[in-house]
Amino acid sequence: MKKILYVLDKLALILLALIFVFPFVWMVSTSFKSLQEVLIFPPKWIPDKLMFQNFVKAWSSGPFVTYFINSVLVSVSILALQFATMVPAAYAFARYKFKGYKLVFGITIAALMIPPQITFLPVYLQMSAWSALKTHIPLIIPFGASAFGIFLLRQSFMQVPDEIIEAAKLDDASEWKIMWNIMVPMARPVFITFGLFSFIYHWNDYFWPLVMTNSEAIRTLPIGIAMLKDAEGGINWNIVMAGNMILVAPILLVFFFARRQIIKAFVYSGIK
Amino acid sequence: MIRLSKLKPYVMVAPALSFFLMFFIYPIFYMIRLSVTSWNFISPQKEFIGFNNYIELFTSEEFYQVLYNTLIYTVLTVGFSLVLAVLLALWLNKQGTLYNIVQGAIFSPYIISLVSVALLWLWMMDPQYGLLNVVLELMGLPKSLWLTHPNTALFSLVIVGVWKVLGYNTLIVMAGLQSIPKDIYEAAELDESNKWTTFYKITLPMLSPTIFFLLIVSTISSFQVFDTVQVMTQGGPINSTNMLVYYIFQYGFDFFKIGYASAAGVVLLVIVGIMTIFHFMFLSKHVYYR
Repeated sequence: MKKILYVLDKLALILLALIFVFPFVWMVSTSFKSLQEVLIFPPKWIPDKLMFQNFVKAWSSGPFVTYFINSVLVSVSILALQFATMVPAAYAFARYKFKGYKLVFGITIAALMIPPQITFLPVYLQMSAWSALKTHIPLIIPFGASAFGIFLLRQSFMQVPDEIIEAAKLDDASEWKIMWNIMVPMARPVFITFGLFSFIYHWNDYFWPLVMTNSEAIRTLPIGIAMLKDAEGGINWNIVMAGNMILVAPILLVFFFARRQIIKAFVYSGIK
Repeated sequence: MIRLSKLKPYVMVAPALSFFLMFFIYPIFYMIRLSVTSWNFISPQKEFIGFNNYIELFTSEEFYQVLYNTLIYTVLTVGFSLVLAVLLALWLNKQGTLYNIVQGAIFSPYIISLVSVALLWLWMMDPQYGLLNVVLELMGLPKSLWLTHPNTALFSLVIVGVWKVLGYNTLIVMAGLQSIPKDIYEAAELDESNKWTTFYKITLPMLSPTIFFLLIVSTISSFQVFDTVQVMTQGGPINSTNMLVYYIFQYGFDFFKIGYASAAGVVLLVIVGIMTIFHFMFLSKHVYYR
């Protein structure tokens, strides 16, 4: 009886994993098929001939080099700005009691609560008024500070023992030096965690770039991939899935190698 | 004279604060102001029309349909993804290579771009050639029209939403399980408490802060569903999957009714705000904190 339960448990586990893995296998399979093969029902899992040209076709159906460069530029710039703004803010929240602390902290909490899906329209209009819509500014600047990042980092700054800071002060280290040479290196795990979180989030983001861009020159990969669906009448699923692979593969590959770190980055926010 | 060192913390928070003020706080007020105008984006004047946009919203059948869709989507997505997450967490909370692999597998959709997920499921839900109808056929069930029929379209989006977020929820619940002290279970064992009683009297109450956290986060994020609607259905068929954020998007960017769209935005803001407060005030009373 115990043995049967053991086997059943393992079988159920594998079935569960398959439910989550099969869609990706199906994507890979489709991306290598010819259009005729895509339309065979019931479907084949392994195509007769691997159509590598699907990828070339997907990639050359639009300015994908530009999309790719934009994606890198946007996610990296956001991350750099966020790091630059979160270090001093988190330091101030962790180490100072100042007048208006509650108000400033309250605004930060509000920023954490208000999602971009609520503010997109007014921000878009503002960007339009500044004639910034044809630039990368609307994709980057609104995310220049991350309330979530500030909270994480503040938490870690508060855990630095007072003795270390006192010792540094005795050595005549300036506030600036304490922040950058002592606190920041000690918070390295938080930077890695937050960095992964932020990069993956903005690399994947579809909503904001869709809303804020109306010229190909500043569009990012997710927009380009989604547009494959509407290109040429009728959906060429093999091409769309080949494009999808271009977007999914890098993240899945990174996930495969840095699974623990990435899960930690995303789950961290949930554990108090 | 003000001592320079007193200014330090202000200088430190100033950069982050200015971003928050400019892109979160100010836009909210700007949106509220726009919601009482009849602006069409082109005319130079923003004419004040009072609460007319709100009256129009709440007398529009289409808007009630959108609210109803959003609500059903949220209740179903949050409900399924939470209940399943608790069950899965209890099951998967063990050591072992296979368990690790499965945990990774169910988490993987969470880090994939929602647009990829949407495209992938759009293809799987293709009524003619999609994978899901093959599965249904194998199980001897009738084929479904999935996204192309008003009766099944919204539920199809729920499936995608649950599939995407389930792994995240499960891992959060697992983290909650791991923080429950072992001696409580040992005491329960000494009392010869059966499995169900132990779950109901110990595990569930001890998990309540975690479940409470997930409830807030997933409710608020479900209310903002957009990507799957935009990629998979564009609100159709016959408005059966149109939801709040998409509705705002449509009225703002397709119909240029900025005032009206802003009013709908204010409604979304109020709903998200009320839910946050509601959760904190009422639900937290029933949550057991250690």
